Amino acid sequence: MSHDSRFHHGDVPTDAKPIIHMENIKKHFGNVIALNGVTFDVTPGECHCLLGDNGAGKSTFIKTMSGVHKPTAGKIFFEGKPLAFDSPRDAMEAGIATVFQDLAMIPLMSVTRNFFMGREPTKGRGIAKRFDVDRANEICMEEMRKMGINLRAPDQAVGTLSGGERQTVAIARAVHFGAKVLILDEPTSALGVRQTSNVLSTIDRVRQQGVGVVFISHNVRHAMAVGDRFTVLNRGQTLGTAVKGEISSTELQDLMAGGQELAELEGSLGGTI
Amino acid sequence: MSADMIEQPDERIRAESFATKLMKKPELGAIGGVVLVTLFFLFTADSAMFTLSGIMNFMTPAAQLGILGIAAAMLMIGGEFDLSIGSMVAFAGMIFGVLTVNTGLPLILAIPLTLAFAACIGAVNGMIVLRTGLPSFIVTLAGLFILRGASLVGLKLFTGGSTQLRGVRDAVEGDWLAPVFSGDAFTGLFGWLASLGLIETFKSGTPKVPGIPVEILWFIAFALVATYVLLRTPVGNWVFATGGDTNAAKNSGVPVRNVKISLFMLTACAAALVAVITVIDAGSTDARRGFMKEFEAIITAVIGGCLLTGGYGSAIGAFFGAIIFGMVTIGLTYTDFDQDWFQIFLGGMLLLAVVFNNVIRKRVTGER
Repeated sequence: MSHDSRFHHGDVPTDAKPIIHMENIKKHFGNVIALNGVTFDVTPGECHCLLGDNGAGKSTFIKTMSGVHKPTAGKIFFEGKPLAFDSPRDAMEAGIATVFQDLAMIPLMSVTRNFFMGREPTKGRGIAKRFDVDRANEICMEEMRKMGINLRAPDQAVGTLSGGERQTVAIARAVHFGAKVLILDEPTSALGVRQTSNVLSTIDRVRQQGVGVVFISHNVRHAMAVGDRFTVLNRGQTLGTAVKGEISSTELQDLMAGGQELAELEGSLGGTI
Repeated sequence: MSADMIEQPDERIRAESFATKLMKKPELGAIGGVVLVTLFFLFTADSAMFTLSGIMNFMTPAAQLGILGIAAAMLMIGGEFDLSIGSMVAFAGMIFGVLTVNTGLPLILAIPLTLAFAACIGAVNGMIVLRTGLPSFIVTLAGLFILRGASLVGLKLFTGGSTQLRGVRDAVEGDWLAPVFSGDAFTGLFGWLASLGLIETFKSGTPKVPGIPVEILWFIAFALVATYVLLRTPVGNWVFATGGDTNAAKNSGVPVRNVKISLFMLTACAAALVAVITVIDAGSTDARRGFMKEFEAIITAVIGGCLLTGGYGSAIGAFFGAIIFGMVTIGLTYTDFDQDWFQIFLGGMLLLAVVFNNVIRKRVTGER
């Protein structure tokens, strides 16, 4: 940690090896500096929250992590080795799965067909090679059950699921296909209270399976509920990383907003945000 | 949420009834349509319509349209239209005619060359759509005029001024491949059935229906293969995904571009197949072949349950859609109605199908 943050005891303990470590990442779009030195890592089985207000650079950063953007400067280490992703496919194959806000789900298609989209299990060979529908249905029902969702039928259209359930299908899909790092882009931003808690408990389950979760949010309460570590991004820079229990939600909130203005606002709103 | 709560089925979800399960099938509307149309003609038409020869009578145009309709349905599920298939029938017919008559190639070469030519044009259509990002509706509308014009100009060029190219029958006579694309199949079987008195015969003892016209077999085979591909292969899943949401499909690793280009090639090839069958059958080709077939094919696909927005539909639905089409066109000649009611009937069917599909889609996706 290079910056003068108020909290910089959140570095990885030396015994846990991070799956992915991003060192001093910079990203410029023309003359716009989107990221100006971001350092971030995830270890297996932890949920590392990336917090920041709109425009802080969260999206640019996760897109760099998932191979969509190439960093202008900085290093990426995957399981200890330096690595550069040429495409999102590269990152996916290495085990970095991203669940974007639009989820990559097709409402008219069944849960199973969505689950295996682009990676269908087959049986038979040559011209008889075909989509193994029964096995796909079975796996899909099983994976969804593990995540706490009992589907009526595997051929149920995704359009009939609630937002939280869809989020869970997307997460279950990523985990099933061997994600080591799961990046969730604001998974709770459009959800109701109950659905949010379902998604948060899904994150907890995934973490217990040894997957490193990167949870992007601007909602401190949701982050506090599942996060093990918290990194705050502001104006393209990391302000620092804190471990759970070492920082209060108010402090995080202040950091995200850059402190000052929110404190004033909060006064006038009576501490409701 | 506690673990035991999760194990319980959600009390707010009613068990799925058989009717709801049925409603999920996109081809339901088309099957219902076939039943309705059959009932209508059972009451109004001459009983000759539902004899063996009557059935062959309406199944033949249904088959020719159906081959186009099934391909159009697959393309529509993949999220695109092809308005150039009607003109493609004329254009491929011209190519085929020129190859057999003018250059004297045997069918084993002429047919693959015709299909390959059509496939290339289909691929070009697809690439223009993908490259420009324009709606395929407008790109292939241009194709509709270009190919129709090219057929006219080309035919005049090759025949020395006529828009009709004759002599295909003589050119393919005796070709060993000809029976696969023309005439009737199972003539032996039908003759045998006639000799047993199981099917109607003329006074001379020859059966009234000498066999099953081959296009009907092509039609059935194509419907079965298309349904299998759509529902039971990874490629089928890619087609649905591509049509449902191109971006989401791409992000999930579906080769969206290849899927779309292949579908454009498929529709063009289906048009070429229809051209080959009808040209051998008629013994000549002309520039008006396949006129308006692009719209009829799309109507067939829509009656078959395809959504205009893509991502939903069925090949077997288009199969039944084509049968409805054939029954209505031919069936009216067996009734006392003026035959020109046909277009009104068709427009009505289309409107009904679109409204019905829309309701069904909302049911399926649980939209409110």
